[in-house]
Amino acid sequence: MLKIEKLHKSYPIGDSSLHVLKGIDLSVEEGEMVAIMGSSGSGKSTLLNIIGMLDEADEGSYTLDNVPIKDLTEKKAAVYRNKFLGFIFQSFNLINYKTAVENVALPLYYQGQNRKERIEKAMFHLGKVGLRDWAKHLPNELSGGQKQRVAIARALAANPKLLLADEPTGALDTTTSHEIMEFIQSLNDEGKTILMVTHEEDIAQMCKRIVRLKDGVIMEDTKVTQVRASAHV
Amino acid sequence: MKFLFDRDTWQEVYDSLTKNKLRSILTMVGVWWGILLLIGLLGSARGLENSFNRLFGSFATNSVFVWGQSTGMPFKGFQEGRQVQLSLSDAIKIEENVEGIEFVVPRNITRSLVVHGFLSGTFGVYGDYPLLDQVQKKKMQYGRFINQNDIDDNKKVVVISESIYKQLFEKDAEAIGEYIQINGINFKIIGMFANDNMSGGPRADMHIPFTTFQQVYNQGDRIGWMMITGKPEFDIRQLERDAKLLLKNLNNIHPEDKRAFGSFNLGKEFGKLTGFLTGMQFLTWFVGIATLIAGVFAIGNILLITVKERTKEIGVRRALGATPFEIKRQIVVEAVFITLVAGLLGIISGGWILILIDKLAGQGPDATLVNASVSIAIVFVALIILIILGTLIGLIPAFKATSVKPIDALREE
Repeated sequence: MLKIEKLHKSYPIGDSSLHVLKGIDLSVEEGEMVAIMGSSGSGKSTLLNIIGMLDEADEGSYTLDNVPIKDLTEKKAAVYRNKFLGFIFQSFNLINYKTAVENVALPLYYQGQNRKERIEKAMFHLGKVGLRDWAKHLPNELSGGQKQRVAIARALAANPKLLLADEPTGALDTTTSHEIMEFIQSLNDEGKTILMVTHEEDIAQMCKRIVRLKDGVIMEDTKVTQVRASAHV
Repeated sequence: MKFLFDRDTWQEVYDSLTKNKLRSILTMVGVWWGILLLIGLLGSARGLENSFNRLFGSFATNSVFVWGQSTGMPFKGFQEGRQVQLSLSDAIKIEENVEGIEFVVPRNITRSLVVHGFLSGTFGVYGDYPLLDQVQKKKMQYGRFINQNDIDDNKKVVVISESIYKQLFEKDAEAIGEYIQINGINFKIIGMFANDNMSGGPRADMHIPFTTFQQVYNQGDRIGWMMITGKPEFDIRQLERDAKLLLKNLNNIHPEDKRAFGSFNLGKEFGKLTGFLTGMQFLTWFVGIATLIAGVFAIGNILLITVKERTKEIGVRRALGATPFEIKRQIVVEAVFITLVAGLLGIISGGWILILIDKLAGQGPDATLVNASVSIAIVFVALIILIILGTLIGLIPAFKATSVKPIDALREE
């Protein structure tokens, strides 16, 4: 489903450059739930951004669903992001002057679907995250956990192949974190492939596989026994 | 073009503008003021032009008046200081020989005692041809002007002005068909005309047939002065020179003599006036458009700030699959929308200003600004200019918005 080979990335800092990713090899199969762990500066976010086509690698190959991802123009990247990927951010990144349902419908807007169709699908996904009754509320009228659930509904709306989560529980308290993780696990149970960046060990243990990064290389890549989040709630 | 009819496009525009009401309003003020100024100034300029036209409306403006004075140089045995008397044959020769002449109207005037019953007064009496009505349109209220029949038969008929009527007749008395005595001779009133705004000479009191005038006042071939009108495509100053040279030739006057004929060139004066009006209109356009451009730049400036503030939102949109084109389009639509709304408000309030001007300065016969207005075509031109400027200025923030990579935009706090 996802295959990365010999990936390198460096950022220019003044005259010198910072080598962030030093040859990453990673492949993820369909239905996996992978946590990418590492301390700050280990390159985990950069890796996620490259996978999310928000950033481009200097060297190496990246194939997503048998489509080689290279030489991306902004437009092509936008289309691929829309078609293949769903993003969940640490700070939710909902658009604050749009209601929950409008936020969820946004990716569908950029797919060119008509309004009725969009709202219908968005309501369906909001229902899935249990926020059907909150559809007409603005983000600032929702709690942190609700916001993240709206963000997840938005990530799911375009029915992406791969869900990318950047510290999805980073801004939430423990109880809410576990609720969100429980929901993400249920998505994985339905067959969604999920890739998340986290630095919390207990959150990582709720995935099926942990990839540990340090100084731009993969230190450890192990399959783990998934801890069900429902056990904590 | 489908996106223009999409509710979401407008929802986005509405949201982003209402989120910052004060800023949106301040932005719009620039363009609103520009178009208000343009409409107000253009309307006033038009009003001024109309009022001049009304003043000269009944008058052939491409014309010159010529009368005889006394010679300033000796010539062909004549001493200087000789009185120059124009004659009917001079008028006929000018009409026949000078190129570009439309009409030559010989005229006479004298002052006479006019009596009607117990009322009397001394008024200017003109001897005129029917032609006068063509170069200096009389607004007839009752009856008719002098016609060729009156000329041919030396009829004793008179056309009087409204003010004469008021002085010689009781209120509401019938004047047409009545007789008045001029110089002791009865004349039948055949018409009455409204007082003129502009008469070109002494106040127009009453007109009698030219031939009758010759007879009654024993004028023979002599004429007081003549009014020469040129065809529109001919330069009236050249006509004046040609006519005067011919007159000097006919009357044994030195060709260089500047004093022999007096003249008033209405065409030349009118030309100065229209030149002034054209200049004023140019100035109006210049000021209006310059203000508009300043206003549009203000919009560009504000949108630039807005885009900066919305960097993160734009990053999110792009992560969700918005192409750079879609982002740019949205911002340009916003720019055009805001300019257009401000422009329309400006046009509407400009219209109100013109209504106000009309109320204050556009009423009555002596109005300084007559029918101050702007043509629909000009309004459309202004709107199209606005749309073009709005689009161009919107492109700057649009490109700014997509110049940031989505990854950097998302990192923005």
